[in-house]
Amino acid sequence: MSALLEVRNVTKRFGGVVANANISLGVERGEIAGLIGPNGSGKSTLFGCIAGAHAVDEGDILFEGAPIKHLRTATIARLGLIRTYQQTRIYGAMSCMENMAISAREAQGGLLSLLRPVPPATSRRAADLLAFVGLHEKREEKAARLSFGQQKLLEFAMALMNEPKLLLLDEPTAGINPTLINGLIDRLRRANSELGVTLLVIEHNMRVIMNLAHRITCLAHGQVLAEGTPDEVRDDARVLDAYLGVA
Amino acid sequence: MSRLSDWHIAALLALTGIAGPLLLPALVTQFAFLWLMIVFAVTWDILGGRMGYNSFGNIVFFGIGCYAAAVIQRDMGLPYFEGLALGLVVGTGLAVLAAALLGSALLGIRGHYFAIATLGLTVASGEIAAGWNYVGAGSGMALPLYPGALGERELFFSYSLFAVAACCFLLCRWLYSTRFGLALNAIRDDHDKADAMGLRTTPIKIFAWCIAAFFLALSGGLAANMIGFIDPRDVAFAGATFGVWMVLMAILGGKGTLWGPVLGAVVFHITQEIFWTWLLGWQRVALGALIVIIVVFFPQGIMGWWAERRARREAA
Repeated sequence: MSALLEVRNVTKRFGGVVANANISLGVERGEIAGLIGPNGSGKSTLFGCIAGAHAVDEGDILFEGAPIKHLRTATIARLGLIRTYQQTRIYGAMSCMENMAISAREAQGGLLSLLRPVPPATSRRAADLLAFVGLHEKREEKAARLSFGQQKLLEFAMALMNEPKLLLLDEPTAGINPTLINGLIDRLRRANSELGVTLLVIEHNMRVIMNLAHRITCLAHGQVLAEGTPDEVRDDARVLDAYLGVA
Repeated sequence: MSRLSDWHIAALLALTGIAGPLLLPALVTQFAFLWLMIVFAVTWDILGGRMGYNSFGNIVFFGIGCYAAAVIQRDMGLPYFEGLALGLVVGTGLAVLAAALLGSALLGIRGHYFAIATLGLTVASGEIAAGWNYVGAGSGMALPLYPGALGERELFFSYSLFAVAACCFLLCRWLYSTRFGLALNAIRDDHDKADAMGLRTTPIKIFAWCIAAFFLALSGGLAANMIGFIDPRDVAFAGATFGVWMVLMAILGGKGTLWGPVLGAVVFHITQEIFWTWLLGWQRVALGALIVIIVVFFPQGIMGWWAERRARREAA
């Protein structure tokens, strides 16, 4: 295994607030890495830094060994690093199938390659992936008409449609019906094992992340607090303190 | 709308375009303006309806088309039709170039700020043209006389504008059926998401504006010759009339739909003629009231209202 993503001593400030302070972490090719931490600990900011949404103040971010911190979001996406959002973002006025079609890898091409209809193979793959997340029956519906949980699933399917090497998922189970969460964990695992997508997942649901991730990093106050296997992190006294407060 | 009625509308419009001016010679100029309005609405909808960029500056490309034709026809010493043809080529070329340059500067601005910036662009263009002696400054420019027989000129421009409108509509219809159309919609629905998914949003946006600029400049050169005179603020860079009408027509018909802008242009143009005929003196007031009614009661446009009604009936 080699490091797919390397975050080296990244610091990000918003005015006087240090959202990320000297954070280092690595994601190995093929693994499912977890990122946890109390609210406001800097998880989503770190995602923003990695995906090119925020300019990093200090430190370096390497994707497949090459620095990406000066690249734009779209360029980073074309390298194969896709993120989803905590506040789900889909194309509301377009149907699910259209959402999927425009998320395909070939839609990232130049103008000339866009001046063609969606190929049947892409439509088939889109339908398959929608079936994979359980939205096949809704495929012709406008995305805005889906429930929040369904939109979350659609956003996940759109990300898979892009065939990323690394997928950053920001709270994939938030807002999802608890009875569907087990199904979602299973799909995330299958995306990892069958489609070969490396995952870095922010999650507040401890049961989910402990079941899913191979390795977990815990942030608090913008710093890395602990790192290790789910068991190690769960038993770390500092992690308990960060979540529950010092007794 | 089903495929069948699509073809019905297309056939009806084509028939009107071809036979209308011959059957109703008194209305030839009206037909010509109708096609011009359709070009306005359809080209505005590329950005406004499909891409979510509300532009009040599209009229600038129309004005460039007007002035380019007038200058070429004045200075090149060519016979009428050769001069007109060269004027159209130069005009469209300049307009597309302007769209590419202005687009790379302005299309990075989002939402209301883009609308305001393009409004400024229109006002500035009018002022520049009105102060530039080379293009006649405030007194505008007269176009050369049409060489044919009396009445032939209206027929010629009516048919050419019909051809421009038809080509423009068909090209847009094809564009919207490609991935490019989906990319425009994606930018409209969530620009940041489109960036995060790796779409090349900047060239997509610029190309979309260039297409609008091309057809607007083409219609501008023809319209200037049809009217015979261009005033910098009232014809070429007429932001308060043409520039606003194109927005209204697209909204009235239903922006972001295939037929909406066409329908909006037809309804708007007919309504306006009715106002001129029966409400003379009050036609601007009536137009203002119509604008308010459109925005308040038909924010989705006729097509949107129709689709909603149908959906409700199916649900019931």
